[in-house]
Amino acid sequence: MIFHPTILALLIGSALSSVMVLAGAAFGVRVLRRWDIASGRHGQLVLERRTYLFSVLLAFVMVAELLSLLLFVFNADRMSAQFVGAMCAVGTLNANAFGFPALILKIAVFFLASVWLIVNHVDNMGYDYPLIRVKYAMLIVIAPVVLAAAGVQAAYFLDLDPEVITSCCGKLFTQDATGVSAELAGLDEKAALVLLFGSLALAGVVAAVHARTGQGGMLYGAVSVLVFVAAIAGIVSVVSLYVYEHPNHHCPFCLLKPEYGYFGYWLYVPLFAGTVLGMGGGPIAVFAGAPSLAEIAPRVSRRLVTTSMVCLTGFGAACAYAILSSGLILFGT
Amino acid sequence: MTVWLRRQKRLIDYTVASLLRRAARNFALLAVYTLIVFVLATVMLFTHALRQEAMVLLDGAPEITVQRISMGRHDLIPASYVDAIADIRGARDVRGRLWGYFYDTANGANYTLMVPDGDRYGAAPDVGETVAGAGVARSRGVVPGKYLFLLSPRAKLFKLKLKDVLDADSEIVTTDLVLMAESDFRAFFDVAPDVHTDIVLKVRNPREVAKVAEKISNALPDCRVVTRGDILRTYDSVFNWREGILLALLGGAIFAFVIFAWEKASGLSAEERREIGILKAVGWETSDVIKMKMWEGAVVSLGAFLTGYVLAYIHVFYFSAGLLEPVLKGWAVLYPRFELTPQVDGVQVATLLFFTVAPYIAATLVPIWRAAITDPDAVMR
Repeated sequence: MIFHPTILALLIGSALSSVMVLAGAAFGVRVLRRWDIASGRHGQLVLERRTYLFSVLLAFVMVAELLSLLLFVFNADRMSAQFVGAMCAVGTLNANAFGFPALILKIAVFFLASVWLIVNHVDNMGYDYPLIRVKYAMLIVIAPVVLAAAGVQAAYFLDLDPEVITSCCGKLFTQDATGVSAELAGLDEKAALVLLFGSLALAGVVAAVHARTGQGGMLYGAVSVLVFVAAIAGIVSVVSLYVYEHPNHHCPFCLLKPEYGYFGYWLYVPLFAGTVLGMGGGPIAVFAGAPSLAEIAPRVSRRLVTTSMVCLTGFGAACAYAILSSGLILFGT
Repeated sequence: MTVWLRRQKRLIDYTVASLLRRAARNFALLAVYTLIVFVLATVMLFTHALRQEAMVLLDGAPEITVQRISMGRHDLIPASYVDAIADIRGARDVRGRLWGYFYDTANGANYTLMVPDGDRYGAAPDVGETVAGAGVARSRGVVPGKYLFLLSPRAKLFKLKLKDVLDADSEIVTTDLVLMAESDFRAFFDVAPDVHTDIVLKVRNPREVAKVAEKISNALPDCRVVTRGDILRTYDSVFNWREGILLALLGGAIFAFVIFAWEKASGLSAEERREIGILKAVGWETSDVIKMKMWEGAVVSLGAFLTGYVLAYIHVFYFSAGLLEPVLKGWAVLYPRFELTPQVDGVQVATLLFFTVAPYIAATLVPIWRAAITDPDAVMR
């Protein structure tokens, strides 16, 4: 299966990313040990110059990882034709033990990478590299995740065997099965909806407070993670039902198919964008302590949180639209 | 936001002007880049179109085909099996088919002789008449109304009046077909009246296909049961594999291109060095120079990618991929002439981007940085 063009492309992409992130992490260790902005030593100058290189390299890695997450999901969906029993991406990912771990790691890389890019952006705005240690410490944490994602992805593709009979989404996302997917599918519809719109409302309140007073950035970061969890649970347990107009079809991947008007993109794109902007944008406010960022950090934070809230509102609107325009009636008559 | 946009616009303006100033030098890179995209895109567009063609054709194929196997080889199947299969619940339209291959010594080509079952190719021709594929008619120089002479395996000469030539639209599958009446077919191949080549059936509910197939193989243990899904999957993997192998082989070319791009980006001319020095002297920061150089890469990549892709599109869909045809299509005496249906696939474009643009950008990052950290006084002195 390894000679599948998209698989080759994904492997090339993750190999390139891994090499660059490793180099970045090694540089990060040097920064953490030797960085001294006050010093005029040759070594310090070299470090300062190198930071430009690694900013660009890592921006490249992060963009590549973002694209590769999309391509990975797309490709899983496309390859479902080649597995007996698979009807969408779930079947392909389920074809061996590495599929879902690879997807989860890739999503984790996407979030970490985007937050890193936000920190990097703010750092570049200050004149004295105010966040350089934070940034490279983060990179040292991110590097193993990127490597793990690359490794698990490679294991997944190498181990793919078209002879394996896999199971489709109908089997995985159902109340009767076991595991996280089944738990999500079995969630009470009313509770899931309350959780979904409740967390969105909470995010709205925190964002409004933040916009007015500049307080609560950290809290907004936490709330956006909560929104993400509630949203995924809500999509699996209720929203998908309305989109499919079917009381038992819980699959979060079939939403991306043309049969359902690619409706999943209206949900996932604003959700992922809103979450990541919130996760990165909210906590950025705490960096106002650095003199060169005293004015910049709150401004950037406010802008990112507002944008994040716009995205999440868009996500909420998409959910509401799915529910209101659906022919399925779950509650009342 | 508008300030940011205006800044990027100015940077692009500057980049394009600077690229045009050294048009001759940059042309070599652009040409090689375009060529790489062109070759890869041709492979991808072509295999994708072939795969799609196969899928469309197989869409009309029967859900299940049953073949009798004897001593590991495909054997004729008794007519009594048709009834045995028809008894299985869920099986519909069970029919025995008659078809066979025939090597024509006159032109060294293989034909497929077949008795149409009224489904795809209409009713069977009358006795003594035939309907043939375009390839057969072409290579034997027969036109409707004239006679097609075939020497049977028993060395008897058969004279069939060509009633009609099959539609050119379906040439990819019908080019080597010779349709004839059942009695003609049995006489030609000397086949007993109570056997068929194989048996096909339909299954109304797609979810029952696997179960029906299982029941057939239990009831008729000497038969091989092939479902349409199996065929589709096999085609899909075969085409993916061919495409992948070609891309992997072309990996060498990509690698060479990456080295070329790296060299090109590292070997700045004295003039370019001076230019960067002056930019920095008038107040550009290292990050501005990097941005400018990144835009340069983006402009070159975009230009090469679009040109290469469009050329590949024209090559594949207007010239039937003349340069790569033999590798991807295979070869036969009676090769069908067919036009591929133009199709552009998003996943494929993304894949192609990963194969070409990503390595190019990765290769030029370090040289760009090295150029950008140049000290103004070092180059202008």
